[in-house]
Amino acid sequence: MTAPTIDRDVVSVVQAAIEKHGNSRDAMIPVLTEINRVFGYVSREAIHEVRKQLHDPARQVHIAESQLYALTSFYDMLSTKPRGRHVIKFCENAPCHVVGGKAVWDGLREMLSLENGETTADNKWTLVTTSCLGLCSVGPVVLIDDDMYGNVTPEQISEILGKYE
Amino acid sequence: MNKKRAMILVSNDPESIRLGANEIIQHVTESLASYGLQDEVDVSTVSDVNHSNILPLVVVYPEAVVYGPVKPSDVRYLVEEHLYKGRVVEDLLAPPKMLTGQIGWLRGHKGYNPAEHRIVLERAGRIDPDNIEEYITASGYDALGKVLSDMTPESVIEVIEKSGLQGRGGAGFPTGRKWKFVRAAQGGKKYIVCNADESEPGTFKDRIVLEGDPHVIIESMAIAAYAIGADEGYIYIRGEYGLAYRRLEKAILQAREFGLLGKNIFGTEFNFDIHIHAGAGAYVCGEETALLESLEGKRGEPRSRPPYPVTKGLWNKPTSVNNVETLANIPAIIRNGAEWYRSIGTPSSPGTKVYTIMGNVNFSGVIEVPMGVTLREVINIYAKGMKPGSTLKLAQTGGSSGSIIPAVLQDTPMDFESFRKAGVSLGSGALLICDQETCIVDLVKVLLQFFRFESCGKCTPCRVGTQRSYEIVDRISKGQGKLEELDTLLELAAEMERASNCGLGQTATVPIRDMLKHFRTEVEAHIRSGSCPTGVCEMAQEVEKIQVK
Repeated sequence: MTAPTIDRDVVSVVQAAIEKHGNSRDAMIPVLTEINRVFGYVSREAIHEVRKQLHDPARQVHIAESQLYALTSFYDMLSTKPRGRHVIKFCENAPCHVVGGKAVWDGLREMLSLENGETTADNKWTLVTTSCLGLCSVGPVVLIDDDMYGNVTPEQISEILGKYE
Repeated sequence: MNKKRAMILVSNDPESIRLGANEIIQHVTESLASYGLQDEVDVSTVSDVNHSNILPLVVVYPEAVVYGPVKPSDVRYLVEEHLYKGRVVEDLLAPPKMLTGQIGWLRGHKGYNPAEHRIVLERAGRIDPDNIEEYITASGYDALGKVLSDMTPESVIEVIEKSGLQGRGGAGFPTGRKWKFVRAAQGGKKYIVCNADESEPGTFKDRIVLEGDPHVIIESMAIAAYAIGADEGYIYIRGEYGLAYRRLEKAILQAREFGLLGKNIFGTEFNFDIHIHAGAGAYVCGEETALLESLEGKRGEPRSRPPYPVTKGLWNKPTSVNNVETLANIPAIIRNGAEWYRSIGTPSSPGTKVYTIMGNVNFSGVIEVPMGVTLREVINIYAKGMKPGSTLKLAQTGGSSGSIIPAVLQDTPMDFESFRKAGVSLGSGALLICDQETCIVDLVKVLLQFFRFESCGKCTPCRVGTQRSYEIVDRISKGQGKLEELDTLLELAAEMERASNCGLGQTATVPIRDMLKHFRTEVEAHIRSGSCPTGVCEMAQEVEKIQVK
């Protein structure tokens, strides 16, 4: 997902994200998105670092850590908590629901013994529901990391999950 | 239930009857019986077809082959060939003309396919989206050239106003008027913002445009910018649309290389450039003021209005926020003129509408048809009918906040005015088709789950109202509801509609109202007998039984 050459320490990741998206106030969401992509979530440490690098009264850019936390907790694609190596997103909206979505959701929960938002003890899987992904013509839809699975049936779940290390 | 493999519709409007429709029906029935097909083929009638030159019509589903004009003496041959031997009778096919006044028919090898009328999706899927030259070859950037060389900003706005184009994001506000407001607004700096935060469940029409034809958005935004007096534009695209983001990014770079974005476009004084901003997952950001907040790097919480974005929008500057589908209409209108656009669709809602069809039908996907096509036509013709064994119970139009319409309303023309009259919302163009196995309580519970999750939490009526409504419907779905709680639902709905800050809370009540208006008996059955008529809802007692075991 990300260039392996990047040193994954918070300071340099934040720095790279700011270089890419700019250092103004409106760059906060893209910067947090970038951090979330690298680490799977936005840690307290990362929030601290973003504030440190962006906040600059001389340029009229005023940013507080609370604002960064408020953004992270507001947007669904950003996470305040660490997540597993693979994140399974299940679409829980009506178009997927009426074509058999619930059976797929029950199957996922059962197979992983997870409820919505939980992560397995081995840190491999996080299971979350998501709102519509715009792939409704092939519902029920499951997204694992960046891979989309459509027309999913409960019988296919173990095969799909088996593809991941 | 007996499964039918085909259906024959015979037109029985007065004109058809005068020309022998009743005889045709009789002959159809007799011929079917003589080939032993009476149990496999349904015979029904269709009226109000409005095409006297090809009456009477005989339409055969599921292929949707249209024959006409048909004489009673043709019937036996038609039944033998088409239904017994499975061959389309070429000689009897209706000429490829408008059939219902809205739907044309294309001649094809497999009988007739319903024609779409593609303006918005004209090029999507036909050109290489990563290659600007393919877009240019398909008349791309012609409209921008025309605008910059021959037209004043005022005359651009006039053409769009005359075309009658209405916003396709759901609200249906006239686009020309919006541009006029922004042009007239005080303040030097102005912005054009493309709302590509398509997150209404069941809607993916904008994704098809963005992925398949990104340059049309760039061209339209440049035209809009010229018209309103802006030199900077933003595309706010939902974070989940990675492919569309990459294609737009590439398209913008190419447009800059070709001098179609940047300084002195087409050698004129006009400067314009576009930035893309990806959202991070929040349904409410489709609301235009929440979108602007998010663009500014804040939580996507809707602003109080007035002031409206047309006077105080992005960074408090006059801003026109337009939906992807709306914008995709602009170049074609400029190239072909307002008159041409008005000739499509209905007088009050000119143009086409892109629908996403899904649910218990044989074909799911995207279609673009003139405004005014009915739901029945969409289901039977474009969606190729309900799935085997399914009958239509209800359809939800326009995503989560759209209307739930029962099967009896399926003949209402789908355009802004007819829908308004029927108290139905056209919304974003999502059409979720549900069959008899769908439980209304279960469906509305899923919708309310969505709203309580997506409510931004800024204002109380929406934050608390969606939660309380969900709890009540959840109890009903478990057989623990009370009749008086149905009144509570309506009271909550009235308050949410009256006092919510934005469209999310104001329209989250639509599914509740529609449920109680059209399906009250089914809801009450959950409460009175503690059972779900469709067997979908898991009743609490049953759950307990399992636990005891």
